Amino acid sequence: MSILIENISKHFGHFQALSPLSLDINEGEMIGLLGPSGSGKTTLLRIIAGLEGADTGRIKFGDRDVTNLHVRDRRVGFVFQNYALFRHMTVADNVAFGLEVLPRKERPSPTEIKNRVMHLLEMVQLEHLANRFPSQLSGGQKQRIALARALATQPEVLLLDEPFGALDAKVRKELRRWLRGLHDELGFTSVFVTHDQEEALELSDRVVVMSNGHIEQIDQPGALYASPNSRFVFDFLGNANVFEGKVENGKWHNGKASIVLPDAAKQKDGQLYIRSHEFFVSKEPTAHANLPLRVIAINPIGAEVRLELTPIDWQSNDVWEIDLPHKAFDKNCFEKGQTLYVTPKAGYFFAHDAQKPVLLSWETEKVKTADKA
Amino acid sequence: MATHLSAADTRPRHKRVLPGLSLSLGTSLLFISLILLLPMSGLVMQSVDMGWDRYWQVISDERVVASYKVTLWAALIASIFNGFFGLLLAWVLVRYEFPGRRILDALVDLPFALPTAVAGITLATLYAQNGWYGEILESLGLKVAYTPWGIVLAMAFTSIPFVVRTVQPVLEELSPEEEEAGMTLGASDWSVFRRVIFPALWPALMTGIALSFTRSLGEFGAVIFIAGNMPYVSEITSLMIFVSLQEFDFPAASAIASVVLMASLILLFAINIWQARYLRRLHGRS
Repeated sequence: MSILIENISKHFGHFQALSPLSLDINEGEMIGLLGPSGSGKTTLLRIIAGLEGADTGRIKFGDRDVTNLHVRDRRVGFVFQNYALFRHMTVADNVAFGLEVLPRKERPSPTEIKNRVMHLLEMVQLEHLANRFPSQLSGGQKQRIALARALATQPEVLLLDEPFGALDAKVRKELRRWLRGLHDELGFTSVFVTHDQEEALELSDRVVVMSNGHIEQIDQPGALYASPNSRFVFDFLGNANVFEGKVENGKWHNGKASIVLPDAAKQKDGQLYIRSHEFFVSKEPTAHANLPLRVIAINPIGAEVRLELTPIDWQSNDVWEIDLPHKAFDKNCFEKGQTLYVTPKAGYFFAHDAQKPVLLSWETEKVKTADKA
Repeated sequence: MATHLSAADTRPRHKRVLPGLSLSLGTSLLFISLILLLPMSGLVMQSVDMGWDRYWQVISDERVVASYKVTLWAALIASIFNGFFGLLLAWVLVRYEFPGRRILDALVDLPFALPTAVAGITLATLYAQNGWYGEILESLGLKVAYTPWGIVLAMAFTSIPFVVRTVQPVLEELSPEEEEAGMTLGASDWSVFRRVIFPALWPALMTGIALSFTRSLGEFGAVIFIAGNMPYVSEITSLMIFVSLQEFDFPAASAIASVVLMASLILLFAINIWQARYLRRLHGRS
């Protein structure tokens, strides 16, 4: 079922949790609401569910206007962050709850309920735990039971609040894949809240990035990654290093560091965002950049080695992170405390007076030859 | 062997915030013995002295048996009433924010703080035929003071904090998400209360009611002023003990007291065992 959100706003006391915002969700889509805490993503989810009332605006499920409908009549599946399983009921009773509270006319017979519960438990692969109590389950199992419970009444909309927040990395990955499979198989419309960019990018058809109660950007994961349209999205998606530069003699300067302006750049001061893998590293400055940094940590992560660096004689708000392939790392034998120079290959430039970035690239002959050397 | 031992000695011990477990445990046990176990065994000893026949005769005396009935019924009604009213009061105190909430919260403890005799006299005055409430009730044809209903009233008054104070913390801990989960699954407000909230409160509520009941069984001060103390009608068991004492018949007093003691102990143990089972399920230690 499609969900139409129109000019929804909400405030708690003096705090504006949501500025009027609109969002169109297509039938069968999986949407990730991504943002830091306090960005209003959970509030938006709760408003869609009907657990919270909006101050203004309308919500439609398909053709049905549900703005003034009580939660229980909206027929959505909701998975809570801490699962909110009923502690005094067995797993089977938890899953059966939604069916047992149906009005008598719609309620299936007890045997039918039992069969449906067993079927749901098979679907989440936990049929052997039917008679356990929630306190006897692991986090991942609780999460799957919470899902089975939410799906018992066959809702067409499934809402999940930080569904994998409290789980360890491996279980989280497994459950993510499993949820995506279930979503594709059963064809419901899902909206989930997360503060984990990796989760949002991996799981969603479209990602909604939120901050301070409004939507920053709505895009497919690939497009979002390729062209973040604001500083906030860039900062939040992470893995970007920021160079604050002042133009002088065709270079951006910051303390003793400098980067040569590429042809596409207009002569403006501003911030250059460079992703952690868009660098090449050397022991001497190159013709294009003079960015001295000191190595403070070396972390091998999967296929890459991540170097954490601090600027030498120039300013940056954050520690710089640079990802190198093992091969490049091994060749240079970097050590903690060592000084090295980085040269950006590509970056996004936000001029001080601009909201949107300009994509820049230094893939010139000189950089390439330097890379080979 | 010796090296083995000394190695064990240097091993770091479990660190406790407060040292001296043996000292504190010993003191506690001594104290419990002095103020609880010793008087209780004295009570038993005194009734054993009198011999079984005499004991049975005292505790099965017609007037005493009538007092058991009055006490049990009154305590039962009072504690069930407290179950409802105490739950309501706890609910209001936890779930609503209103001016004077903290004062109301403090007032709940008043029956504990007030000397029970003062409570009894106050209640008797209010509910007497010419008292504020008594007058109104009289016009409706109800008599409370100097009847068994007066006993119920006094018992309910003195033991209400037990229910409120046991239910309140559980209500505070109850996560709103569970209620919300119930609602998203389509349950009506009543269903959510009956199937989600109430089962979570149930153990605490039962404990509160049981405590209220046992307290009511032994209540004396508040009751005698309002009960009227008519033999076979509105005499409570505690009064029978008191009467025996005034006749300097200490063994008889002890005998009756031992019955009350036994009843309270059995009830407390039963409630504890039941609650332990129920909670084990909730916390998953079965």
